[in-house]
Amino acid sequence: MNNPYYQSQDLKKFKKISDWSPKLGKNFFNYYNSVFDEGVLSAREKSLIALAVSHTVQCPYCIDAYTQDGLQRGIDKEEMMEAVHVAAAIRGGASLVHGVQMMEVYNKRSM
Amino acid sequence: MGNKSLKKLNNPLSSPEFQLNFLSNGVFATGELPAFQDRITETGKPFLYPKSLEILQINLGYMCNQVCAHCHVDAGPDRKEMMTRITLKKCLDLIESAPVKTLDLTGGAPEMHPDFRWFVSEAFKLGIEDFIVRSNLTILRANKKYYDLPEFFKAHNIHVISSLPFYKKEKTDRQRGSGVFVKSIEALQELNAVGYGIPKTGLQLDLVYNPSGAFLPGNQKALENDYKKALNEEFDILFNQLFAITNLPISRFLEYLIASENYDDYMKSLVEAFNPAALENVMCRNTLSIRWDGYLYDCDFNQMLDLKVANPIKHLDNFDLNSLQKRNIRISQHCYGCTAGSGSSCQGSVV
Repeated sequence: MNNPYYQSQDLKKFKKISDWSPKLGKNFFNYYNSVFDEGVLSAREKSLIALAVSHTVQCPYCIDAYTQDGLQRGIDKEEMMEAVHVAAAIRGGASLVHGVQMMEVYNKRSM
Repeated sequence: MGNKSLKKLNNPLSSPEFQLNFLSNGVFATGELPAFQDRITETGKPFLYPKSLEILQINLGYMCNQVCAHCHVDAGPDRKEMMTRITLKKCLDLIESAPVKTLDLTGGAPEMHPDFRWFVSEAFKLGIEDFIVRSNLTILRANKKYYDLPEFFKAHNIHVISSLPFYKKEKTDRQRGSGVFVKSIEALQELNAVGYGIPKTGLQLDLVYNPSGAFLPGNQKALENDYKKALNEEFDILFNQLFAITNLPISRFLEYLIASENYDDYMKSLVEAFNPAALENVMCRNTLSIRWDGYLYDCDFNQMLDLKVANPIKHLDNFDLNSLQKRNIRISQHCYGCTAGSGSSCQGSVV
C-alpha cells in the first residue's frame, strides 16, 4: 500500500499532540514519563508490561517502541514472546469467560 | 557469520574511501539528516579541538582469533598487519617522553602479537598510571601458550577490559561466533581466580557491552546491574564496571546495516540522539591512536577510516606533541556514534 493509515515516522511526531492542547499534552507526557520511572516495579518489568499491553491494544507504534526499548534494555526475545502470550491469554480468556454467560443463557432458554 | 575479513573477501566496504563516501551520501547528501560538521558549527566553533593528551591507544595489529559480525576493525585470523619491534620501541620512547596517563593496547587481539609480552614488560617499567589491555577473552583459552596470561596481566598490574556482548550465550555467539560465550566465561573465571574483578585486590576487570543489532545501548548502569546479577548468579563471576559502547557505522557493522536495510533508520536514531554534552567529552579529544605502521589518528575509528591526524605531523617518526595539540579533529558521519544519548567511548558513556 502506498499510503497506509499507519506511518512509522508518525511515532516521532507523538509530542505534537500537545500543539492543540498544550496543558493536557504536557500533563499527559509528565504522567507518562513518571509511570515508566524505576519504582516498586523495575523499569525493565514496566517495559515488558508495556509490550504486552501494546499487543492487547494492537498499537503498531507501541509495539515498535517497546520492542526497541526491550532490545536496549537487554530483554530477550523469549521474554518478549512470553509477555505477548500473557496478553494473548488474557485477551483469549476474556472471550472464553463470556462462554459462561452463553452457557447460562442457553441453559435458561432450553427445555 | 563468515570467518573471513571483508578485506580478504575484497568487499568494497573494506576500503576507507568507499566507507567515507557512503557515509557522506544518501540521507546526508539529500539533507534529510544534518552532517556531523553542522553539529560542530552549531557550537560556535569551526572544528572540534583536542584537550590535553591523556590516553595513548596503540593498535598492535589487526590479527584476531575471532571474526565478529560488528567489528569496526575488520579483524580476523587472515589480517597480517602487525606493528614491528622498531615501531614498538618508538612507542616506548613516546610513552617515556609524553605526559600519558593511560596506555591502552588494542587490536585485533593484542595478545597474538609475538612481541606482546616483551612490550608490556617494557612499558610497565615506565610506570603508567592506568595500563589497559583490551582482551577478547577467548584468546586466553584459545591455546595453552595463552593460559598463563591472567598471571602475566596481574604481574604487570594490567587493567583488563574485555568484550562480552551479552550475559547470555545466544546473543554473544550470534555476534562473535559459535562457542565464544562458553570460552569467555571460562576466561573470566580464570581472571577472577588470580584476583581480577575481586574487591580490594586492585586488579581492575571491566566488561564491554555493545548492542547485538541495529539499536543503541540502553542505560549503562542498568545494564551493569543486569550483567552483575546474571554473571554472579549463574557463573560466580565478578567484575568491576560495565562499559556500554555504541556500534559505529564502520566496516562490518556498516556492512550489516546496509545488508539488513537498517542503515537509514540507524543513522536517524544516532542523529536524533545527538547530545551536545557528549561532544564535550568524546574520547578523540584526549586520545591519540597509533596504527600498526606508526601513523597517528584521533581515535581507533578514524584509524579504520584512514583519517590521519590533520597536522603536518602524521607519524610517530617525527612526533611533536605541541604541534599535534594544535590540530583539529577529523570527523565524518560515523562520529554521531560517539555523541548519541549518554555518548560512547572506549570507556563507555561519557555523560
